Amino acid sequence: MATLLHGATGEWEMVIGLEVHAQVTSKAKLFSGAATEFGAEPNTQVSFVDAGMPGMLPVINRVCVEQAVRTGLGLKAQINKVSVFDRKNYFYADLPAGYQISQYLQPIVGKGTIILDLAGGETREVGITRLHLEQDAGKSLHDQDPSSSFVDLNRAGVALMEIVSEPDMRTAEEAGAYLRKLRSILRYLGTCDGNMEQGSMRADVNVSVRKPGAPFGTRCEIKNVNSIRYVQQAIEYEARRQIDIIEDGGTIKQETRLYDARKGETRSMRSKEDAHDYRYFPDPDLLPLVVQDGLIKSIAESLPELPDEKKARLVRDYGIPLYDASVLILEKERADFFEAVAKGRDSKLSANWVTGELFAALNKTGRDVTDSPISAAKLGGLIDLISDNTISGRIAKDVFEIMLETGKDAGAIVEEKGLRQVTDTGAIEGVIDAVLAANADKLAEYRSGKDKLFGFFVGQVMKQSGGKANPALVNELLKKKLAG
Amino acid sequence: MSAFTDLTLTAALEGLAKGDFTSVELTRAHVEAVEAARGLNAFVTETPDQALKMAAESDTRRKAGTVGLMEGVPLAIKDLFCTKGVLTTASSHILDGFKPPYESTVTANLWKAGAVMLGKTNLDEFAMGSSNETSYYGGVVNPWRKPGDNKNLVPGGSSGGSATAVAARLAIAATGTDTGGSIRQPAAFTGTVGLKPTYGRCSRFGIVAFASSLDQAGPMTRTIDDAAVMMRVMAGFDDKDSTSVDIAVPDYRADLAQSVKGLRIGIPKEYRVDGMPAEIDALWQQGMEWLKAAGAEVKDISLPHTQYALPAYYIVAPAEASSNLARYDGVRFGLRVPADELADMYAQTRAAGFGAEVRRRILIGTYVLSAGYYDAYYVKAQKIRTLILNDFTKAFESVDAILTPTTPTAAFGLGDKVDDPVSMYLNDVLTVPVNMAGLPGLSVPAGLSKEGLPLGLQVIGKPFDESTVLRVGKAIEDAAALKQKPEAWWRAA
Repeated sequence: MATLLHGATGEWEMVIGLEVHAQVTSKAKLFSGAATEFGAEPNTQVSFVDAGMPGMLPVINRVCVEQAVRTGLGLKAQINKVSVFDRKNYFYADLPAGYQISQYLQPIVGKGTIILDLAGGETREVGITRLHLEQDAGKSLHDQDPSSSFVDLNRAGVALMEIVSEPDMRTAEEAGAYLRKLRSILRYLGTCDGNMEQGSMRADVNVSVRKPGAPFGTRCEIKNVNSIRYVQQAIEYEARRQIDIIEDGGTIKQETRLYDARKGETRSMRSKEDAHDYRYFPDPDLLPLVVQDGLIKSIAESLPELPDEKKARLVRDYGIPLYDASVLILEKERADFFEAVAKGRDSKLSANWVTGELFAALNKTGRDVTDSPISAAKLGGLIDLISDNTISGRIAKDVFEIMLETGKDAGAIVEEKGLRQVTDTGAIEGVIDAVLAANADKLAEYRSGKDKLFGFFVGQVMKQSGGKANPALVNELLKKKLAG
Repeated sequence: MSAFTDLTLTAALEGLAKGDFTSVELTRAHVEAVEAARGLNAFVTETPDQALKMAAESDTRRKAGTVGLMEGVPLAIKDLFCTKGVLTTASSHILDGFKPPYESTVTANLWKAGAVMLGKTNLDEFAMGSSNETSYYGGVVNPWRKPGDNKNLVPGGSSGGSATAVAARLAIAATGTDTGGSIRQPAAFTGTVGLKPTYGRCSRFGIVAFASSLDQAGPMTRTIDDAAVMMRVMAGFDDKDSTSVDIAVPDYRADLAQSVKGLRIGIPKEYRVDGMPAEIDALWQQGMEWLKAAGAEVKDISLPHTQYALPAYYIVAPAEASSNLARYDGVRFGLRVPADELADMYAQTRAAGFGAEVRRRILIGTYVLSAGYYDAYYVKAQKIRTLILNDFTKAFESVDAILTPTTPTAAFGLGDKVDDPVSMYLNDVLTVPVNMAGLPGLSVPAGLSKEGLPLGLQVIGKPFDESTVLRVGKAIEDAAALKQKPEAWWRAA
């Protein structure tokens, strides 16, 4: 895979690290009992704690802690039995207390690993530096009134996991693969719904460039990118921008940038000199967070099969290619669908149909397996008809299209349309004889050595049989007849 | 009705129980006393209607046989406690018009026990001060004067309004909060009893925060028995405060029955500070003699890091305050000075809303937490804090309680120290170490200065051992047998 960028002075390597903010799946906020549901009317899910009212105190939500531990275990990471909540101080209208409660020096989760699934079934490890718990801020609405901004505090205080990667990625594709894999792990674990368009997963992207083998360059951080596609576009743009600056004799300033998806470019937000001094210090309203061994153990025992284990098992148990497995495991529902289809059937054929025809059809209509118009049982029914030679693979594709539109069973469609495969040798021989008789000239050419015409005869026979003739039988019988 | 207002809490409870008088009668007498004492400026908000309504409800409950531990007793509440639907100001302009839609846990506990609210008392702005002079609502006047001298004195701070209300017989008892001495120092200056409990004993929920790791609520009363009764009601675990400790609350008053005989009392030599007046030293000596006479053993101890407590306190407390006070931004409640830009609105609102002392501490706190200074100041101060706690822990291996003076001087004149913050801060030199270590500390009236002003002794105890602290206080109270009270000169005016 080409991992290097070409510049006027030669080749450049990108160095990418990601900080992902993943909203913890929980009914209540990190330090208050207010609800966290998405899309509620503004300021309807705000407790006095969230609103930073005088005298209000934070109380940790046990569920959020368990979700963080669960995520840490899912990332094969070290769980820190003692972690500390700090205050990150800054003023903004949607930060009611004037500080965000976060974890700075002692996060709840330490080093871990994510395995990226790259094209062709290749894999690559990316280090996780840490995961910490923190509060989300509210939302400032600047488009509601010409002279003032409005504030919606529904999101204020919602639990986020900030998951920080090592600067281990070298291409935009790897960054995309990282986000897809992380999202998939979070969804398997049930600790974050991973819906980037709803903002429940957002990424800050750190990008720098260097000559291969050189020390790291100065990085820029692109804040709050909310789709995998934009992350990749932002990286491509930013790396090129940095290369151009350096090759023009300039230097990169460490700064925070924004990605403008409409213009497809990154823009400076604030330089390092303007960076906030957050004045972190341990939050005196909260004691150090102590996670007992027993809790870690019970969460570890309740972990589901995770994507990497599932991939290995699919390859092992079903004998499907690694690449198919890595496509299937990205979403648990897809893998479940496949397993439902493959159960008691030819697993390779099942994998082909699920990852091929079905996923293509779903992609075209923007659906997912969870709302597939063809259920696993019905797709299985179609595959059964192929396996017992009731229909050919080609006819199966037509049946599949009809199933998509009508939702009917494959068997019913085959009966209704009379698509049952012709395996009666006499009937096929009859068709062959008719075709040969109608194409005496071509037959002569074939017999005088033009072998290529074999395909023509096959096509004619299939056409005459309405596609129903068993292709293997056609081949066999045709060869015999052509030989004279 | 001076007879009613002279009643101690325990005497009032007995009278109410015997049916000698009703809570409405008792409360009305105090409401009148509050109105007659406006010259002392002890209250920011008087709530006479609510008081009489609560008193009537209390009388109804008593008739029905439901009697709480403080049933029918009229109290003054420091205006740092959020009280539902009642203006809560922290004596700051920035909380203009703020009526909390919730009640602090401590006051809720008091109302549940049947107590009655007379009003909200004045304090140093956000509890930052030692003379009550930083209040946006003006200074509070100490009911005590030097005999033959009409000069107004400060009641101490920050719980100056509460101390004055109790000393001037405006309320039977009052709530205070203590971050560096804010209960004990005003108690000493007004001849009242003030108890700062162990950190974690009382919930901080609903108390406007100053320095979260130091703040504690406590009772301010005229006797040790009263403090014991009120302490029991105020204390208790609260799942709304993560630093609240889930430990049983004893019957402190019952525990007072035990004498101090056999108790080992430590005398820390480091508390004999430079320039401490001889009469303070003499009072301390007298305290030791009283305790010895009561059967206690008095021992010299050393708390070697004492001298670092005050400077470390003036790093930790402002650091936490600078962050705690960030929420007063004009966005959601209180004062707002409008401006075209958000940052300007913040700046103008906070400049107008905070007084000089609060601004000074926010600046100090912001500075010590800043990048490049954090380790040199905040981290170092936290290490000192640990050393101070270790000093006490070690001392408590050989003693049961510690005796010191509460303050280095008696009450001073209004305006005498306002321009000298360091001299003002030195008021707390003997009380601050207790907060830094999170221990219980009590100030008990022990005598009068040669000028006729009240002086207090401080008793420091082991964590959650308020019982022993109160027992030692009781022994001093008994031995001192003070009968003096301030003349009600403010009524004549």
